[in-house]
Parts: sequence; C-alpha cells; structure tokens
Amino acid sequence: MKITPGAVVKGGTSLDYKTGNWRDQRPVIDQESCKKCGICRDVCPDDAVKVKDEQYEIDSDFCKGCGICAHECTADAINMIPEEK
Amino acid sequence: MKEVRVVEGSEAVALAVKACRPHVVSAFPISPQTHIVESLARMVADGELSAEYIRTESEFSAASVLAGASAAGSRSYTASSSQGLLLMTEVLYASAGMRLPFVITGVNRSISAPINIQVDHQDTMSLRDAGLIQFYVESSQEAYDIHLAAFKIAEDPAIMLPVMVCMDGWVLTHSYERVELLDQETVDQFLPGFQPQNYLDPADPKTWGSYAEADVLMEFKYAIHQAMTAGKPRIREILAEVATITGRDHGGLIEAYRTDDADVVLVAMGSVVGTIKDAVDALRHGGKKVGLIKIRCYRPFPHTEILEAVRGTRVVAVMDANFSMGSEGAVGLDLKAKLYGRPDAPIVIDYIAGLGGREININTIGKLVERAEEVYRSGRILPEPEWVDLNPALLG
Repeated sequence: MKITPGAVVKGGTSLDYKTGNWRDQRPVIDQESCKKCGICRDVCPDDAVKVKDEQYEIDSDFCKGCGICAHECTADAINMIPEEK
Repeated sequence: MKEVRVVEGSEAVALAVKACRPHVVSAFPISPQTHIVESLARMVADGELSAEYIRTESEFSAASVLAGASAAGSRSYTASSSQGLLLMTEVLYASAGMRLPFVITGVNRSISAPINIQVDHQDTMSLRDAGLIQFYVESSQEAYDIHLAAFKIAEDPAIMLPVMVCMDGWVLTHSYERVELLDQETVDQFLPGFQPQNYLDPADPKTWGSYAEADVLMEFKYAIHQAMTAGKPRIREILAEVATITGRDHGGLIEAYRTDDADVVLVAMGSVVGTIKDAVDALRHGGKKVGLIKIRCYRPFPHTEILEAVRGTRVVAVMDANFSMGSEGAVGLDLKAKLYGRPDAPIVIDYIAGLGGREININTIGKLVERAEEVYRSGRILPEPEWVDLNPALLG
C-alpha cells in the first residue's frame, strides 16, 4: 500500500482485505431446511451471504463468523461450527 | 486599504473568517466561544457571507460536518471550547489523519470537574497530540491576523492538516479592542480559493483514511509528523506574508521579547503574554535582566527558535496554564525534552499558573522571577513543578 496523504485511495478497498481470516467459527447452511427467505443475507454486516444457483452460500473470504445469520434464521437452518487449526 | 474598528475579540475572529470566504461553517454553542459562531450566523443571515451555515446537535457533529465538508473540497470552519473540544476529540484525530485542512478556533476554557468557565489551556492542550497545527494568540489583533494565515497553512499542499487557533476565553473573546482589518481584495490576493488535491466525487469514488494494518500504520503517522515538522519553513513564510500585508509582525513561530542578554527567560502562551511584557519592562527598568519567549506556534513545537533565544540564559521559567495529572505541565515537558543533554542547558522551572482563570498580574510575574533567581543561586534543579499561588490552607 502506498503512503498517500490522508490514506486517500480509490473506493472499494474493502474488497482487497480478506477479513474472513478473523473468523473462529463459521456458519454452515443446511440447504434442505433453508426456506430461501433471504433474512441471513439482509442481516449480514459483511455482505458475505451470496445467492448462487438459487442456493444461499457463505463467502468465506469475508465472513467474520459473527453468527448473526444463525441467530436470525427463521428456519434454524444455519449452524455455527468452530474453526479448527 | 485598512479599516480600524473597536470590536469584541470574537467579532475580530468572525471578521477574519468571513474575509477567508469559507464555504461551510458548522456551529454548536458553548461559552466562551459562542459569540464567534453567532457573529458568523449574523453575517450569513445578512447576506455578507455566502456560506452554508450548519447548526448541529453536538460538538461531535460540528466537527464531523467539518470533516465531511472538507473532504468534499470545501473551506470549512468552526469554533468550540472546553468540554466541546473534548467531545470533538475523536473526529479531530481522524481529521488530522485524513489530512483535512479546516480551521477551528479553540477558545480556551477550563475543563470540568469542578465546573468552571474561566480561561486556562487544559482544553486545547488535551488536543496537542491529535495532529493539529496549534497557534496561541496574545491579542484580538493577533487572533485576526493568525486566522488569515490559518487557512493558507492548513491548505498548503505540503502540509494539509487542520489548524487550531487557540485564544483565551473572555479575556480576549469578550474584550473590546482596537482591531485593524484588511480589505477583501488584499485577503483574496493573499488567500486564493481552496484547491483540494482530492475531494469526494461520486463519479470517482475514493476512501479517506482507509484501513491500514501494522505494516503501514506507522508510516502514515510518521507522515503527519513529517508534514508538520517539514512544514515549519512554510508556516514561517506564510506568517511573514501576513506580516507584510498587515504591516504587523507578531514574530514567527515564537516571539523573543528582550531575551538577548537575559539571565531569566519566561516562556508563555496566550493573553498572559501581554502582562508579562509589561512585567519584563518594569523589571528591566529596575535593572533585572529578564526576557520572554512567547510561543505562537505550539505544534509543531518551535524548539530550534527557543533554543536559539535561550542561549546564555541561566533560568528558563515556563508558565504552564495546563497540567498533565501525575506528571508536569505540557510546555515544560516539551522544552526540557529538547534541552536535555545540552552542555549549555539552562535550569528549567515549570510554573503551573492561572488554572481556572486564577489571576496572573505583574506582581505575580515579579515573584516568579525572584523565585527563579533564588533557584539559580541555589544551583538545585526543582524536582517538581511549582503551583503558583496555591493556597495550602484550602487543602486541609
């Protein structure tokens, strides 16, 4: 990173910082129970829930493991699993 | 063409700010600063100043408005005091880090508790580490002149830092003094419009103060320090330009007053300097070799100038209107750090004086000089600062 006055850089730099490695637990979605309501995606503070081929998936590059998605899931379809070394 | 008016110190500041044509003024009231932003509100309402005047719900917001406006490329200004400045602290640190060149007047007032609205320097001193350039002024005229310089210094491409002009509450802000004003054309020539290198633009999105991990954060912080210290010659030049257009030279980063052959040199900032000058004159008349250093620019700290001015001096007596609890006064600490290890270093006495508006008059200064001479004769360095006129009876 270049030392610019005021740390002024082009927008969107958060995409360059893979904050997923801060995580000590990860959400696992049970696709059979998932009702595809989208609440997990709406509440994720890191925009780390993505929809791919009509399935909800976690972007592990950016998921910090906060567990809000699991807490808010109305179908109890998300479990938080400890990350192992 | 110059105009002479008798105005309140606050009005003098507002007139200087108006002449600098700010785009944005944010405001939240707190004594003794309020008259400044009230005057600016009146100027905007009367159509004398074309600026966006934004009333906020707290000082935190007033500072945040400045940060946002400045990042958007606007010349921006506010003023505050005491608790208000403390509430701005987080934003002011961030603004220095984001290199946002706004100007803020820090009208000095004591900090609660106990609650007190009189002048001392604890409030602005608490911001000395934030990365703001700080000036302290002696008179309303100097406040007017320095505010003209402040925007130009802040916006200099090599500096790009917020500038805080510190001015004693009540003593200066609420006193009426003769103040000479510059005409608008002269100010416009001296201070052209703000030309930001970066500004917020939806067509070209940028991030200010982006995330910086341990591998680069020290370099960002060092760059702020470097902008300040390497900016000293530019600050001196801009102050000299103001001296030229106003015909008034208040000094550079410091003013050395009768220090040439002085045995005792006092060091002070703010309105007390005027009192000390009178005391120095009286003491000189009585045969004592006494001088004064007025620190005008406190951050960056003008140690080169001070060391030059105290060469050959026996005792340097610092007047600190602030205190770092559990340690000493800030200016004394700064000065001792720079004198340490020099073979010719004078003895330094750190006087803590004037907290909460306690009077410092000519007799006080006379006593402090006598005490300084006594310390010199004893040859012993005082282990602790001396609290001037402390009343032991009240301490039980």
